[in-house]
Amino acid sequence: MSTITLKVNGASHTVDVEPSTPLLYVLRNDLGLEGPKFGCGLGQCGACTVIINGVATRSCVTATSSVKSEVTTLEGLAAGGKLHPLQQAWIDEQVPQCGFCQNGQIMTAKALLDRNPHPTDTQIREGMARTLCRCMTYYRVQAAIKRVAGGGV
Amino acid sequence: MSSRREFLKTSGALIVSFSAAKVAGPFGVEAQAAGLYPDPDFRQLDSWIVIHEDNTATFFVGKTDCGQGTGTAFRQMMSDELDIAYDKTTCVMGSTHNTVDQGGSGGSDAIQTDGWPMRRVAAEARRVLLDMAASRFGVPAEALTVSAAVVTVKADPSKRVTYGELIGGRKFHVALTGANIDATTGIARVKPVQELKIVGQSPQRYDIPAKANGSLKWATGVRPAGMLHARNVKPPVAGATLVSIDESSVQRLPGFVKVVSKGNYLAVVCEREEQAINAARQLKVKWDKPATAPFPPSEDLFKYMRGATPTSSSNPIVVGNPDPAFASAARVVEADYDIPFQGHTAFGPAHATADPSNGQMTVYSNDMKSYGMRNGIASFLNMPREQVRVIWMEGPQGYGRTAADDAGFEAAYLAKELGRPVRVQWMRNEETAWDTKGPAFACTLRGGLDAQGNLVAYDYMARSADYNHLGYNEADTVLIAQLMGARRAKPATGSAATPSEMYAIPNRRMTMHVVSLPLVWETPVRTGNLRDPNGPQSTFASESFIDELAAAANADPVAFRLKLLTASNADDGGFKRARSIAVVKAAAELYGWDTRPSPKPRQSGNVLTGRGMAYAFRGQTVVAEIAEVEVNRTTGHVWVKRLVCAHDCGLVINPEGLKRTIEGGMLHSLSRALYEEVQFDTEKVTSVDWASSPSLTHLDAPAKIDIVLVNGDPNPQRPDLPDYGAGETSCTPMIAAVANAIFDATGVRLRRVPFRVARVLAALKAARV
Repeated sequence: MSTITLKVNGASHTVDVEPSTPLLYVLRNDLGLEGPKFGCGLGQCGACTVIINGVATRSCVTATSSVKSEVTTLEGLAAGGKLHPLQQAWIDEQVPQCGFCQNGQIMTAKALLDRNPHPTDTQIREGMARTLCRCMTYYRVQAAIKRVAGGGV
Repeated sequence: MSSRREFLKTSGALIVSFSAAKVAGPFGVEAQAAGLYPDPDFRQLDSWIVIHEDNTATFFVGKTDCGQGTGTAFRQMMSDELDIAYDKTTCVMGSTHNTVDQGGSGGSDAIQTDGWPMRRVAAEARRVLLDMAASRFGVPAEALTVSAAVVTVKADPSKRVTYGELIGGRKFHVALTGANIDATTGIARVKPVQELKIVGQSPQRYDIPAKANGSLKWATGVRPAGMLHARNVKPPVAGATLVSIDESSVQRLPGFVKVVSKGNYLAVVCEREEQAINAARQLKVKWDKPATAPFPPSEDLFKYMRGATPTSSSNPIVVGNPDPAFASAARVVEADYDIPFQGHTAFGPAHATADPSNGQMTVYSNDMKSYGMRNGIASFLNMPREQVRVIWMEGPQGYGRTAADDAGFEAAYLAKELGRPVRVQWMRNEETAWDTKGPAFACTLRGGLDAQGNLVAYDYMARSADYNHLGYNEADTVLIAQLMGARRAKPATGSAATPSEMYAIPNRRMTMHVVSLPLVWETPVRTGNLRDPNGPQSTFASESFIDELAAAANADPVAFRLKLLTASNADDGGFKRARSIAVVKAAAELYGWDTRPSPKPRQSGNVLTGRGMAYAFRGQTVVAEIAEVEVNRTTGHVWVKRLVCAHDCGLVINPEGLKRTIEGGMLHSLSRALYEEVQFDTEKVTSVDWASSPSLTHLDAPAKIDIVLVNGDPNPQRPDLPDYGAGETSCTPMIAAVANAIFDATGVRLRRVPFRVARVLAALKAARV
């Protein structure tokens, strides 16, 4: 075990874990953050996605000791009591079915729009291609992203 | 004990009697008093509805939500009958100690079956409140009017009282009647459809904001104090026997607590989650392989199924005289259709947390059938059921997977063994390989056309690999019980299915068989209820075949179906024929169907386009779906560019919510059409992750989805218009619609699911397309 300090959603936290511990377990079990989920543990599905340095990062395959920059989770997207436009679009479009994957959908979409605020339909499809949903809400996820992209974020 | 009592007291409408009597049980004198988690009494109005002093209401229903937003629909229905604004209500669902047992989820019955007692008890609460107001004002109840939970004397609007003032914070103490929970009723009658104001609107789902902002508490995130983490170690070969465990291989690992094994069930328990994962991987175990192969390799599955002796056969269903009709037919068409095992493949693996505090057992779970799991766990652990409760929380939806909730039983067993709260979660490879599967089907269809192209003879023969079908949380069939050696003397029969259509065919025979794989118990290739358990498979066969017959008759596929539907006037009590005709017509109209036979005339270029229809019902819900495809003839890639659905489930509670559910159902089956197949060799399932078990992705999303909600009832305005289930039927015809569209585009008939690129390309090349 070793002491590791993480900055998550604007706050610093010190945890005592094996350095190789995947960030996901630290976020969930030590910091009590429920946004990122365990889906595969293999970096294949996107349920565990967080944003580090502007990059949508799969926390289930990211060693905690390798994290050197601030981590943003789904809980950290809202600012000043106001939902992020993507979160609002998710509600307006009524995107989720079960909702378990939607952390990955929203966080991946955020990184995509931060990089490219006005993606084409093809860029949205390709940018989201590795973020899976077993309720198959893809059509609505894309509609919600288009709502925000069209709104000039 | 006291903290539990406090919890119970504050957790809602409880009819709880605390007995001081100690009971003898597996925990001896330490056992808590019996009756701590008694069943809420469905014949008491207080079990269903609580009116608060602030003039709001909480509804308690015995249902779980599988991600379709049923809780929002329940609130709409009950608010409407109670005459209270939707946004002044909340809904508590699915926990065994504070909601009546409506069975959780299953069979798409939430609205069509369980919505009725909800409506009736809400109507009864309204009646009782009006009576109370009548007494208060000294007028007959007929002299009162009620709106938004405020009762007013019609003749003197200054006389008004709120529901909260009448009963807020107190109990109704009103008994209900009814032979069973589905029949629960008071004296009041439900409103005619025309008087419903909230039903038919589309309030946003109340659960979605917390899912979008990360604040929802899921079953995966429950962490009682002192909780341990467990991971299973599954047999590496199906049917293997555990010979020995080398505990020294993990004893020095950080956080190690215990290895637990019984029979072939094996788990490792550690302080932290990542430690349990690591220890389960490090544990050295010796297994003996079974003497015979547990199953044929998946590439030989259909040959095996067609040759196997059935474990059961239904009596053939015969109409007319099929054999002479075939003999005199001008043309006979025959085709085989094969649908492999397809997994539930839940997005998050099975999980549960169990807390054995105070000699009780509380299980936190996303089990869709929480009530059944409570009974199953009590039986499995030999505990009085009053000492066991299941707290239902949301989870990754598995569309039937949690009907056989292995992880809940495992968590409870381990918590009892360890005497501490234990959280169990399966790993991805376990879930994909060992979850319950939708049964594989091998179908053979024959049709006889007369010289005019009329379908005069029809023969449907289905074989499903569905022996020992699981799905009801039985204490002797969940996986942990099997691995510990439980063997039911008579495994569940399983079922094949008849085609779900209303075609009038004068001579018809339908024969259904169930077959078994060699390994019946402790097998990863085990079947359970996957979203309309047999419908997508049998409908792929039957609705592809109707398309083949239409092509053989050189008829337009929609016109051919309509001719078969309108060839009889005989209908059932739900007007399924009339409504079938209505949805087929509505889908064709919405799509802009151009009447012509399939396939389309030979196209030039790389990308071939086509459209296909299929129609089906499940229960009384009828749908017709049209897929428009682009098939790339050089790559074999299929893109379903547009989907159309005409959907009739009777009375619609929440149109926008329903449309999302239909979209999800269609795309779920699109994934089954294009990608999904459980593959195995002669030892184990080889589909173990999202690379080896591919699923639909964002790249496959259609560019356009159009849905029309149809009310094809012959008397569409009738005040008692029923509501039917909508959770599954949109899945049923999709695979066939896609296959029919591919045929229309290419002239190539795909009779084996799924339509992965390599299979499509091989078929196109074989046909020189």
